[in-house]
Amino acid sequence: MATNPPVAARTAQNSYLPALALIAGWLIPGAGHFLLRKWIRGSLLFISILSMFLIGIALKGKIYSPNTAELLDILNFFGALGTGLLYFIARVFDIGAASVQVAVADYGTKFIVVAGLLNIISAVDAHSLANGRKHS
Amino acid sequence: MTISHFGAVLLFSLFTSVVFGITQRSEPRMMIRFGVYCFALFVLGTIAASWLMWLIKH
Repeated sequence: MATNPPVAARTAQNSYLPALALIAGWLIPGAGHFLLRKWIRGSLLFISILSMFLIGIALKGKIYSPNTAELLDILNFFGALGTGLLYFIARVFDIGAASVQVAVADYGTKFIVVAGLLNIISAVDAHSLANGRKHS
Repeated sequence: MTISHFGAVLLFSLFTSVVFGITQRSEPRMMIRFGVYCFALFVLGTIAASWLMWLIKH
């Protein structure tokens, strides 16, 4: 059965758009929503997640590295990894503490980990919007 | 950077509620309502837990 180019293009676009929104949303907070032209939502997500991450860094929060130590350390690593590019930038430029030195740094660590978890939620939300599971 | 415990609670609640509101509801009006609801629950829950811990200690 022959299909005209616009329909084929739309189908092809729909097949990769959800995955693209998911990956972009993970790498850059709110980018998945930007791809779907949800400018206000994307901006609010970007500001919220970036602010949480920066506050965590300012509070001398710990940036977890890959480890096979205690279970909580492993989970915290995956939480921090959820911030996407922010995590890799922090690792490359050695931003953030290697260990918790002061009491308030524990808050900072939680801010960073939760920022990552929230970013994963927002990326999944962008994926759901792209594949039509979420209406608007 | 220094921040009070309550300041940290307010900032954490604010940003988390924004993300929850946007991701857990579909309509803008419901997003705002759910975000405000989450923010209130975070702050009031923290205050309640703080008083509970104070009571346990005393």
